[in-house]
Amino acid sequence: MTMAKSFAIASTEQPAAAGSGALAAGAWRSTGALVLIGAAVALPFTLSNYHVFELTQVMIYAIAVLGLNILTGYNGQISLGHGGFFAAGAYTAAILMHRYGVPYWATLPPAALICFVLGVLFGLPALRFEGPYLALVTLAMAVATPQLLKYFDTWTGGQQGINLIKVQAPAFLGIGRDRWLYLVVLAVLLVAMRVAANMLHGRTGRALVAIRDHPIAAAAMGIDVARYKTLAFGTSSLFTGVAGALSAIVIGFVAPESFTLFLSLSFLVGSAVGGIATIFGAIVGGLFIEFVPNIANDISDAAPWAIYGLTMLLFMYVMPRGVVGSLAGLMQRWQPRRAAAGEGSEEQKRRLS
Amino acid sequence: MHHLLQQIFSGLAAGAVYASLALALVMIYRATDLVNFAQGEMAMFSTYIAWMLVNAEVPFWAAFALTLVASFVGGMIIERVVIRPVENAPVLAAVVVTIGLLLIFNALAGWLFTYTLQEFPSPFPDRTLFGALMTTRDLGVIGVTLAMLVALFVFFRFTATGLAMRAAAQNPESARLCGIPVGRMLAIGWGLAAAIGAVAGIMVAPVLFLDPNMMGGVLLYAFTGALLGGITSPIGAVVGGLIVGVTENLVGAYLIASQLKLTVALALIVLVLVFRPNGLFGAAIVRRV
Amino acid sequence: MAPILELRAVKAFYGQSEVVHGIDVAVEEGGMTVLLGANGAGKTTTLRAICGMVRSEGEIAFAGQRLERRSTEAIAALGIAHVPEGRGTFTGLTVEENLRLGAYTRAGRPDAGIGRMFGYFPILGERRRQQAGSLSGGEQQMLAIARALMMSPRLLVLDEPSFGLAPRIVEDIFNIVERIRREERVSVLLVEQNASLALDLADQAYLIETGYVVMSGPAKTLADDPQIRRSYLGY
Repeated sequence: MTMAKSFAIASTEQPAAAGSGALAAGAWRSTGALVLIGAAVALPFTLSNYHVFELTQVMIYAIAVLGLNILTGYNGQISLGHGGFFAAGAYTAAILMHRYGVPYWATLPPAALICFVLGVLFGLPALRFEGPYLALVTLAMAVATPQLLKYFDTWTGGQQGINLIKVQAPAFLGIGRDRWLYLVVLAVLLVAMRVAANMLHGRTGRALVAIRDHPIAAAAMGIDVARYKTLAFGTSSLFTGVAGALSAIVIGFVAPESFTLFLSLSFLVGSAVGGIATIFGAIVGGLFIEFVPNIANDISDAAPWAIYGLTMLLFMYVMPRGVVGSLAGLMQRWQPRRAAAGEGSEEQKRRLS
Repeated sequence: MHHLLQQIFSGLAAGAVYASLALALVMIYRATDLVNFAQGEMAMFSTYIAWMLVNAEVPFWAAFALTLVASFVGGMIIERVVIRPVENAPVLAAVVVTIGLLLIFNALAGWLFTYTLQEFPSPFPDRTLFGALMTTRDLGVIGVTLAMLVALFVFFRFTATGLAMRAAAQNPESARLCGIPVGRMLAIGWGLAAAIGAVAGIMVAPVLFLDPNMMGGVLLYAFTGALLGGITSPIGAVVGGLIVGVTENLVGAYLIASQLKLTVALALIVLVLVFRPNGLFGAAIVRRV
Repeated sequence: MAPILELRAVKAFYGQSEVVHGIDVAVEEGGMTVLLGANGAGKTTTLRAICGMVRSEGEIAFAGQRLERRSTEAIAALGIAHVPEGRGTFTGLTVEENLRLGAYTRAGRPDAGIGRMFGYFPILGERRRQQAGSLSGGEQQMLAIARALMMSPRLLVLDEPSFGLAPRIVEDIFNIVERIRREERVSVLLVEQNASLALDLADQAYLIETGYVVMSGPAKTLADDPQIRRSYLGY
């Protein structure tokens, strides 16, 4: 069968056909992805050190927000306390580097593991709570975090925090530390997105969404709701914890004042602005968290947070499902053949009735 | 023993403030399934309005009344202008809007009134009663809160508008079929909640001193109290608020001072919720499949 | 007699899907019109379109006024009382509170109206302070109808009043509805799956299938029609 013929058949086939059309789309997507990654790698070499640092922050926030998206977006468990997991990862990395001389790259696995366990431990009692009650419990964690960090000062350095030795780039590469750290974080972000995509676009993802939308039906279908919800908490905390560890490495300093309730709320806002049940939305969220406060400051240094708040409002009015969420919705309208389960098309209804 | 009673009583006074704000939160939650994170900042802003009136030589209770009216109107306007666009959007969008509102009010207050702590007068004389068991100020706060609760009860139980609001909150579609303008009921609900918040702010300002960040902790405790009582229950909100107030005071006096007080108090309440995940008076959410 | 309610080329949408495809329906003043049809035919959606609860196109006229683009509460205030599918009672409020709410759009005290409702439905009088949610299915249906009547409506719209009720209770309710129609001089638009009972009482009938009106006319004519008797009346 020639390519032309298979194309022709694909175009007259009814909805479910995954013919050559899908293959071509897949090839486009891979090429596009490679181009984007290439651009991302090249980017830091065209920008000043400070801008590179800002972009690194964006990516760190993106990883953190991605963690929140998994839990709140895909699994429907609201968390107002992800700043706590972020702090856990950050302090794990800081303490390992400062007290035990562990090299920075080797702090990531322990931070990931510890945060995963922490998330699961939190997720177990969280099974009993829904909606605003879960919000309160996570809020309590967010509020408690800076206080606990100050209290256990032998480990955490208390109010003063922990100062870390600045990480240096490997000598043979000959690039500055800002650019090196950018590339490290970029690598972690790409891995995180890949892992998230694999998880969320497969059986696990469908189970999580089923639990979010119809927990009773999900349980009736044999999905182990408790296990998935707890694992969702653990995975989510892992992602955000790794982001926290990277943050400690990049900034070179941790202190309780950096991990207040405001951080948790920022993650939530970033999630919502990007699109809570998306992967790419996390990047948009990271951009929002990093840049909008600065832009707000430029607009009005008398009341920058008012501008920040106003910006949040405007984003929610115009794109209540987030940037990526709204775009996905638009694309569904333009490509009715790929429409997700829901109302059938006119054709389908006529054939069925 | 005497000390314990003292702590309990002043805890009740603090609890009355938490109870008021908790009631405002519950009212809005019942009507819109939304936790208004900006309730505290709105109350703070109202308190500044009262402060300006008092500084302009307006007698205290007149300033109080005017502030309540202004807050009521303000709350209605906020519902129609700020919240209405996201009424049918995903809940998270509405939550983010209230967070944004929180920031806006806080920043506006800081800009208009600066972050300097201000003194706020208490309308009650500064005396102790019953052998230093309680202060007239605390008694006054509890009294005002009680009066407000009675007024609200009468309004919701015995007036046509109150009944219509309860109906609109329970079943908006059926309410519309009765000709009830549900949107307007929502606006009135937000107006009332804002007025209740103003009362809470005015009652607490003499103790905490007025500044833009005054209500942050109060909101947290109010939220906790509302959930402890059951987010759908007005009585629960009041009882929960009072319990939180007393707990906070007792923890601070007997267990642990300053820094960790908040954490421990929250932990205790979370513990209660583990055994009663829908709060003390909350109805379990029954889902029909 | 002029129709009190007229639908012309009305389409109704459930979300994105068009469910009702351009129907004409009329309710005579003081008469009872029934919409018959199987599940999913579009009957309820038509009623919801009349009350502005779903998106619609076409003309809907009530007592000379156009209803399109009015809000549900405004349409109710014009004098259309809709008893929805599933009754729609305020389960958290008492029987008496439910009735008071029915009178929201009417000035003056509702006590006389409440007394009259207890006349039609004595059982409601016995349970006046009980929570509506604790009433039986039949009692809730009576409460829903009584609440609608508190509005002193010109048009009573009933969506499947027999749903989920025992046959004896259904007969009672239909008898009361017929009595109310005569005594209160209300026009009635009824949606029913219970065809035989409905065709007995109604003046006009419409048969709706997958969003189209496939038959219409005096109820007696439809009741005698052999196809209807086979498909909907069982003999």
